[in-house]
Amino acid sequence: MISVRNVHKRFGSQVVLNGVSIDIEPGKTTAVVGPSGVGKSVLLKLIMGIMTPERGEIYIGGDNITSARSERARNEIRESLGVLFQSAALFDSLTIYENIAFSLRERLRLRPSRAHRRVLEMADALSLLPYLKNYPEQVSIGIRKRVGMARALITKPKVLLVDEPNTGLDPLDGQEVYDLINACKNQWGFTGLVISHELPEVFQVSDRVAMILGGEIIIEGTPADLIASPNPAVQQFLNGRTDGPIKIQ
Amino acid sequence: MKILTSTENFGSFIIDTTEAWGRSWIFLTRTISAALRPPYRPYLYLQQMLQIGVNSSLVIALIGLFTGAVLAVQGEYTLSKFGANAYTGPAVALSLIRELGPVLTALMVIGRAGSAVTAEIGIMRITEQIDALRSMAVDPIKYLMAPRLVAGIIAMPLLCGMFNVVGILGGYIVAVGLLGLSAGTFMSQIESAVGLVDVWSGFIKATVFGLIFGWISCYKGYTCGFGAQGVNKATTQSVVTASVAVLIVDYFLTSVLTRVFMK
Repeated sequence: MISVRNVHKRFGSQVVLNGVSIDIEPGKTTAVVGPSGVGKSVLLKLIMGIMTPERGEIYIGGDNITSARSERARNEIRESLGVLFQSAALFDSLTIYENIAFSLRERLRLRPSRAHRRVLEMADALSLLPYLKNYPEQVSIGIRKRVGMARALITKPKVLLVDEPNTGLDPLDGQEVYDLINACKNQWGFTGLVISHELPEVFQVSDRVAMILGGEIIIEGTPADLIASPNPAVQQFLNGRTDGPIKIQ
Repeated sequence: MKILTSTENFGSFIIDTTEAWGRSWIFLTRTISAALRPPYRPYLYLQQMLQIGVNSSLVIALIGLFTGAVLAVQGEYTLSKFGANAYTGPAVALSLIRELGPVLTALMVIGRAGSAVTAEIGIMRITEQIDALRSMAVDPIKYLMAPRLVAGIIAMPLLCGMFNVVGILGGYIVAVGLLGLSAGTFMSQIESAVGLVDVWSGFIKATVFGLIFGWISCYKGYTCGFGAQGVNKATTQSVVTASVAVLIVDYFLTSVLTRVFMK
């Protein structure tokens, strides 16, 4: 469903991604993990077509987003994506209802009555009905994440991209987001890519895990493969140790 | 070695400036083409007309009233030295319609609404709201920039027209009410001195200033740097650049329009 092939990205002289390749099968979820600043979020933006790689190709459902020439062509590919951003990235001038309805109104251009029905269904499924008239700053970050999830899933995307699902959340809210991802996956079924530095919590939503370090994927496999890996960098990151090959920046 | 460094610095300055110009022109052409392409989303345009136009009207009227009043006082004082204070009306009206109306309106709108547009778009950029729009296959240039650019182009001449009318009223109140000029003289001299070409000249300027306002305030917000400091810097740059651009373009437009309309 998602195929990242030999992607290179640099900012000035700083190499961020150096030949990254990942394949995510339909219906499966892969977590891309690694310390802060290794280019996980850059990879996500490359997949979304918001950034362009220097080299390499990214296919989403068979369509190459890196070679799409116009924003319109990229938008056609993006229609199969739903994205849950790190801070939810809700539109702060719109109510929660309007945020959830946004894609239906602006992209699918559904009739208001039909859009209304779908928003209520989604809000009900994610327990957001009491908050629909609130603005994002009037609710907690945990609820904002749920709204972000509702906004991402309202168009029934084939792929869900999640950036740092529990940043800024307390452990309970963080667990709730993971439960939410699993519940939504069971209900709507999508291919997932989760960017995270939180181990082992992210394993509960991942079929496979890939770890980025130094611009490259140093290991890719099941969560069990990662735990059993003899690679000292993997073990250092997994156990949260400060001594080891990963230097804290 | 020192010469090489300063040559390198000069070279990189030229390259950076040329690139920035190129990027801003591409941004403008993309915004104009996005505005012309369906879907049109008229409610977004009306929303921005309200923000930029209607919400600026009170401050524009206030500035216009006192600008006209000051022009009447200064005009009457200067013209009376030549025994020509009967021409206070045309002095006020022509100064407002041809020059001060478009320029002061543009500067006020840039200060009030331009800074708000840049800050709003800048905050949307740093909080990933623009990335969110793109991820939902909604073009931010079309959704955010085009309505602001078009609203600026439409609202600026309308605000300028209001500025002129209220300014002439302010001049009338001072000249007739306080300085003792005849109401008939004030109005009839305006009627004979002010032509349609003067009005057109002012409106053309205001329309161009509206374009400058929308272009620079949107571009600076869209390309703003990281964090609160990035938004702060973008907002300041937006107001300063747009204000300076208005004054520079005003000179060239005045020269061209005077030649065109004098023929």
